[in-house]
Amino acid sequence: MLKSVRNSGDARTRGRASRRARRVLALPFAALVLSGCTVPGFGASPGDTTSSQSTFHLWQGFSIGAVIVGGLTLALMLWSIVMHRQKGDAIPKQTQYNVPLEIIYTVIPILIVIGLFAATLVVENKVVANPKTDVIVNVNAFQWGWEFLYPGHNAVVYGQTTQSPVMVIPANENVHVNLTSTDVIHGFYVHAFNFSRYALPGVTNQFTFRATNTGTFFGQCTQLCGLYHSYMYFRVKVVSPADYQKWLATFNTPKGEAAAKAAAASLQQQLSTGVPTLPANTKFGR
Amino acid sequence: MTDVLAPTPTQHHDDHHGDEHHGPTGIVKWLTTTDHKIIGLSYTVTSVLMLVIGGFFAEIIRLQLSSPNGSLVSLAQYNELFTMHGSVMIYLFVGPFAFGALANIIVPIQIGAPDMAFPRLNALSYWLYLTGSITMLSGFFTSGGAANFGWVGYAPLSNSLNTPGAGADLWIGGLLLTGFSAIFTGVNLTATIFYLRAPGMTMFRMPIFTWNLLVTGILILLAFPVLTAGLIMLYCDRHFGTHIFSNTGGGVPVLWQHIFWFWGHPEVYILALPMFGMVTEVIAVFSKKPVFGYKGMIFATLTIAALSLGVWAHHMFTTGVVLLPFFSIMSLLIAVPTGIKMFNWIGTMWRGQIWFSTAMLMSLGFLFTFLIGGLTGIYLASPPLDFFTHDTYFVVAHFHSVVMALVLGAMAGLFYWGPKITGYILDERLGKAQFWFLFLGSQVFTFPQYLLGLYGMSRRMAVYPEQPQWQHLNELSTLGALMIGVSTILFVINIGYSWKKYPAGDNPWDAQTLEWFTTSPPPHHNFYRLPQIRSERPTWDYNHPEHRSLEHGTDHVVGAETEAHA
Amino acid sequence: MKVEAKMLLFLGLFFGAMCAVYWNWSLENAGGVMMFAGMLLCFLPGSYYYWWSRRMKERPEDNPNATQAEGAGVIDTFPGSSIFPFVLGMGAFFTVLALVFGVWLLVPGLALAGWAFLGGIGEGRRGGTH
Repeated sequence: MLKSVRNSGDARTRGRASRRARRVLALPFAALVLSGCTVPGFGASPGDTTSSQSTFHLWQGFSIGAVIVGGLTLALMLWSIVMHRQKGDAIPKQTQYNVPLEIIYTVIPILIVIGLFAATLVVENKVVANPKTDVIVNVNAFQWGWEFLYPGHNAVVYGQTTQSPVMVIPANENVHVNLTSTDVIHGFYVHAFNFSRYALPGVTNQFTFRATNTGTFFGQCTQLCGLYHSYMYFRVKVVSPADYQKWLATFNTPKGEAAAKAAAASLQQQLSTGVPTLPANTKFGR
Repeated sequence: MTDVLAPTPTQHHDDHHGDEHHGPTGIVKWLTTTDHKIIGLSYTVTSVLMLVIGGFFAEIIRLQLSSPNGSLVSLAQYNELFTMHGSVMIYLFVGPFAFGALANIIVPIQIGAPDMAFPRLNALSYWLYLTGSITMLSGFFTSGGAANFGWVGYAPLSNSLNTPGAGADLWIGGLLLTGFSAIFTGVNLTATIFYLRAPGMTMFRMPIFTWNLLVTGILILLAFPVLTAGLIMLYCDRHFGTHIFSNTGGGVPVLWQHIFWFWGHPEVYILALPMFGMVTEVIAVFSKKPVFGYKGMIFATLTIAALSLGVWAHHMFTTGVVLLPFFSIMSLLIAVPTGIKMFNWIGTMWRGQIWFSTAMLMSLGFLFTFLIGGLTGIYLASPPLDFFTHDTYFVVAHFHSVVMALVLGAMAGLFYWGPKITGYILDERLGKAQFWFLFLGSQVFTFPQYLLGLYGMSRRMAVYPEQPQWQHLNELSTLGALMIGVSTILFVINIGYSWKKYPAGDNPWDAQTLEWFTTSPPPHHNFYRLPQIRSERPTWDYNHPEHRSLEHGTDHVVGAETEAHA
Repeated sequence: MKVEAKMLLFLGLFFGAMCAVYWNWSLENAGGVMMFAGMLLCFLPGSYYYWWSRRMKERPEDNPNATQAEGAGVIDTFPGSSIFPFVLGMGAFFTVLALVFGVWLLVPGLALAGWAFLGGIGEGRRGGTH
């Protein structure tokens, strides 16, 4: 039923004219993005990937709009509350309609919405783009942990709950993630990437990101997945490409090779046959 | 059965209407009543009781979260608590309160009808709602505990492998009962408004509250059958071995989300529109002005209803299998009619004579809280920003801002119409104290949550990692929740304190619409006599014939030409 | 009646247009079907009201200049009180409990529902209480 949904990043769905229109509409927004460093973050942070920074700029743009519109509305509200409070028993003029004014406050919000939508499309296309990459990580979420497989390499990382398995990736390279789940729905969320995506059983979600800074970032499951949802942590460790190759090489032992093959085969088998949705290990912590 | 004769201004049917209903009394009267006012009052009491129960769950949740490794409840209990908090609040409090409680009492009176169109169906709605509530809550008394998969019941977590036990089935059963109750109420509201209006009460003379309830009724009829169908499918998956929502047998887990949110987003407007209507009435009355842009307000409501059927998947942006641009633009567009409403409310207050009664304060609190909730909703309509905030406390804070605004609106409605329903006014000092606790509590409760979401705290976690600032923000949020709790206690105290204390009279607020023309409380079948209806505020026109609604900058009476024509 | 009819028909037209755009663009069936059903659900009563609005004479509630006297007479027959909504509610309650606790609960559930159906029909014919 859902397999024929076209990806929103599909260029066929949009004409050239609308693309140009979007660019024009996005101009003021682009100016804002360029001056992004002086604009406050409104509680958010730029994050550590290229798309997280685009998202952050979009956040700033939306926040500026919200502050202006909200501030204006609030000012009008407060003005009325203070200035038009009851003074005596006189009945005020019973004005009910002011058509020009009503048209103004219908048209201006429509224009704002079109601007916000144009900016959204620009950022969205960056965030959901899936360019070809060399680094591929197959992420499998399960109750209650994560498994990271590196196809073509022997590296396998597996860990449950507070064991916090670590996904190692190189900095400044596009990393492609194939995300799936073998039981219920989970959420792959890394705060430093300003990004989350569901891990759905029966669906392989794909996304690509490019980490800009090295470091270890906290990640966790955000979609309620049962009893130990609160503990379903993982970490993303961004290292230099050289260190990444070194890390991959540590798995090149006969034992590592066998383990990787077994893990890949097991995952492949689970995904291809349709896994019975079994309750996972409930013995955790005992 | 009673043949009800129409009330007229000249002719008094006291002989027919005034008879104080020599039917049963006491509990038998309650069990057998078909009077919309008594059913509405039962709805009001039951739904406010659900507010108290759901609020109690919320306080436990907040106390648990006031420290990172809280040990007040276990992980399993925590899952049950937030599931039932959400379920009780959405399914058993806000919804039934919005379209069952005050709507049931006020809508027929506002349009000059003697009762709802189908009084016995109306009574059945209430009994289904009550039994549905009991069914859902009784999950706590089963050995496996209540439902624990979140109030959205996402498949496949809600299937029999991941959530065995009676609690989940009782949740489904309770929702089936309350779902049918809602559908019947939707039928009743729509039929009443289409067929039982008084002479002269044209569609464009109905008060905004009634208009909003009409649109709510239509949305109920569009949305609730989908939920009921989905629940039956879920039940079949759990017990009859079907695989509709599990990928193992060829089913699609995301289908549940499509079905659920196809109901779930119109449901948001089903909850919100009645409260918008209450606030509209209150603001107009306490500013002593007509509703500014009355027709624009109606078209905004209809636009919201039209768009509401095409926005459901903005709850599913991060699934990666929905059409992002379509749902993004549709969701963003809803901001336009909502903005029109906001400006119309301000326009109604503009150059008015604002009387800061408790009902008006609650409405102003609604305006502020809803402004915050509405603006943060615009962020979530943008997929990249939703990827960033989805399932974090930012979303939790957003919809709690909206729902706390609805609670403020509901309180405005109770303080405004309470005198009409009971004949007695609630104490204003206690009411104002309640307002400040509720209003400030709502802000103290939600603002830290916005920040927590932006700092990366995920929702539905019984324990959370010790990150800088997280604990202090959570403590602040808990303080807000406790303030809201105090406000609820003040409300209950107020009812006891003001019990039969301050008689209201027929029209204590110098109000505008038809329900204030009859006695407080209204007689059986509502009216002894009716005024001529020449605008959407017949009582005001009757009391202040020299102050009719005007076009801007003129002395031109709105709608005068239709009358002159005749 | 005309306003009611037009409102529903316009809502239906809007849902139809939205459905066409969505279904063609996304090729996702669940939402497309639900929106299509939403359109039909608006057209069903909308077309009925439209059909009637062209044939019936204007009702007093649709006439902006109607006086209350024009609406004089019997509005309708309203039941004063009835136990059967409660009985039917209890029947539905037991039927739903049968889904959870066992099929035997269908016995009281369907019995109560049946009693309510028969009693309600009889009450309607006899005139009921008060």
